[in-house]
Amino acid sequence: MSITISHITKSYGAVKALDDISFDVSKGELFGLIGPDGAGKTTLIRILTTLLVPDAGEARMLDLDPVKEFRKLRPHIGYMPGRFSLYQDLTVLENLNFFATIFGTTIEENYDLIKDIYSQIEPFKHRKAGQLSGGMKQKLALSCAMVHEPDVLILDEPTTGVDAVSRKEFWEMLARLKERGITILVSTPYMDEASLCDRVALIQDGHILQVDTPASIVASYNRQLLGIKARNTLRLIEDLRAYPLTHSAFPFGESVHLALAGDLTDGELPEYLHQKGHEELEIEPIAPNIEDCFMELMTKKQSDK
Amino acid sequence: MKTILFIIQKEFKQIFRNKSMLPILFVMPFIQLIILPFAADYEIKNIRLTIVDMDQSVLSRQLNSHFQASPFFNVSYTLTPEEAEALIQHNDSDLYLEIPPRFEYRLLKEQRASLHLSIDAINGSKAGVSQAYVQSIVRDFNKEVIAEWVPQLQPRALAAIGQPVDITYQNWFNPDLDYNTFMVPGILVLLITMIAGFLSGMNIVKEKEIGTIEQINVTPIKKYQFVIGKLLPFWLLGLMELAIGMVLGKIIFDIPFVGSISLVFAFASVYLLLILGVGLLISTFSNTQQQSMFLTWFFMVIFILMSGLFTPIESMPHWAQVLTWFNPIAYFVDVIRLVMLKGSGWVDIKQTFFQILAFAIAVNGLAVWNYRKRS
Repeated sequence: MSITISHITKSYGAVKALDDISFDVSKGELFGLIGPDGAGKTTLIRILTTLLVPDAGEARMLDLDPVKEFRKLRPHIGYMPGRFSLYQDLTVLENLNFFATIFGTTIEENYDLIKDIYSQIEPFKHRKAGQLSGGMKQKLALSCAMVHEPDVLILDEPTTGVDAVSRKEFWEMLARLKERGITILVSTPYMDEASLCDRVALIQDGHILQVDTPASIVASYNRQLLGIKARNTLRLIEDLRAYPLTHSAFPFGESVHLALAGDLTDGELPEYLHQKGHEELEIEPIAPNIEDCFMELMTKKQSDK
Repeated sequence: MKTILFIIQKEFKQIFRNKSMLPILFVMPFIQLIILPFAADYEIKNIRLTIVDMDQSVLSRQLNSHFQASPFFNVSYTLTPEEAEALIQHNDSDLYLEIPPRFEYRLLKEQRASLHLSIDAINGSKAGVSQAYVQSIVRDFNKEVIAEWVPQLQPRALAAIGQPVDITYQNWFNPDLDYNTFMVPGILVLLITMIAGFLSGMNIVKEKEIGTIEQINVTPIKKYQFVIGKLLPFWLLGLMELAIGMVLGKIIFDIPFVGSISLVFAFASVYLLLILGVGLLISTFSNTQQQSMFLTWFFMVIFILMSGLFTPIESMPHWAQVLTWFNPIAYFVDVIRLVMLKGSGWVDIKQTFFQILAFAIAVNGLAVWNYRKRS
């Protein structure tokens, strides 16, 4: 196991940011920590990267305790904080050099490891980091986090605020790093990125909802799911939520995903919606995605309380 | 050790790349050094004196001419004391001297005459200085009268006057009472205090503010390496600033270097440790550069105004004097004047040196203890 987390709890005053969190990450795994803003992802990451001490519970990183053995652990982790944390007034090369030297290594020594990423920004190596575009900043940050050849790479929302093309590229880079046997823990609020991970942990309000492979999570979804479109989406949701057989209804882009609480007879739902005056109706059965599962788990959690 | 060097290298790159930093380091201090000694001049000139001469005699005119000849007074005349008072009321005059009727008669017949002086004392120190100038002119006038008129005076009067005792002054260590000599060493202290105090604190807080500390904290950099790496550049810059300031002081103001320059630098190097410690301590309480600036400013104003640079500590009330025991600037202003102007040696400043060293250790200890690299 590269990362073992058992019963970690952390509060900020009265707010419980993490409540009894436990999961493992195997060596060489690309693990996704998925949840909305404020779910506790950053807190957990800061505990794992030795920046924060948990109130209770224990974490093991590479068989080291991030609280007591942080000195030994730090050289082995690569960390990319959610906020760009490199020196904006130093150039690309100077930043990379600085982080290489303080880890007692050189760019040349590990060039092979970062070549794939760094070569894309190398033409701008004399440009100040503050003048790079968002996508390039992110590549530089990843290069700096990798330059000392860490065993575990921890990324806090690396794709937040980055355009779709750069996001895709970034995940491809992570996949290539994974091939080199590096354990990667990445947090993201984007559900669609879950399918790119080996395994994911769904996290909400400091609780883990589920830990599994994306495929299993989707497979464990056992409700009938319909995608419904109408001209007035807002009113459609209201009407669907009032419908007796509805388990949940959430908007997904232009359509509404309706999870049913029981079996539906043909024509029953269209009739109901026509009665309510909806026009341009489109109703079709759909396969669930991770987000549907997340919503399902979230609703379950709330009704459990 | 290598790690510290890498950090220092990075710091210097950032310092010299910062467009506002170079003027702060090199231009601002010297403008201060050139302007302040001229402005902070305690000599008061152009005092507006109104003379009400109600005697209009030979002697009263002789006294008038003494005031007119003085570089300190701009003399005007009124006929009555009421008019002169009105001038003071309207802030058109600073003081008036009333020469009463029969002044000459009394002086010659009775061997004594009196003058009346009214001073606008809103500015107390100016009033005191004006009064002293008037007295010294009257004293000169007295001597002249005696020399001129004694032969005609009664022998009885001559006996009464006797042999006048004359007090002469000699100002040691600053013989011409040159204010530049007095001010420049003190301003040098202010310069290096501001450089070290403000910039060091802000420099550490900057890492917190822009979030780079988050990345630094997961590296193997140790707490002490980070602190030393961040502070040492400003220690060097402070000493460099002192050196350049001394050269400028010599060239522009020709301030004397009676004592040992290396002693000043030895003291400055310990003093800078203390000031950097204060900066570090403030940085531990601040999350943004703005907070750090305001906190530093708060302490700086108190330290500077109570440093004895502008007003002597001896004339402060007792409680204020007690406060200056904790004022590093006061110690250094004192020491730099002692060494540069008086030529004091190691023995004379030894005690202060160790006091500052003790303060430096205490403040830095407190700062490091309070500085949490990890929470």
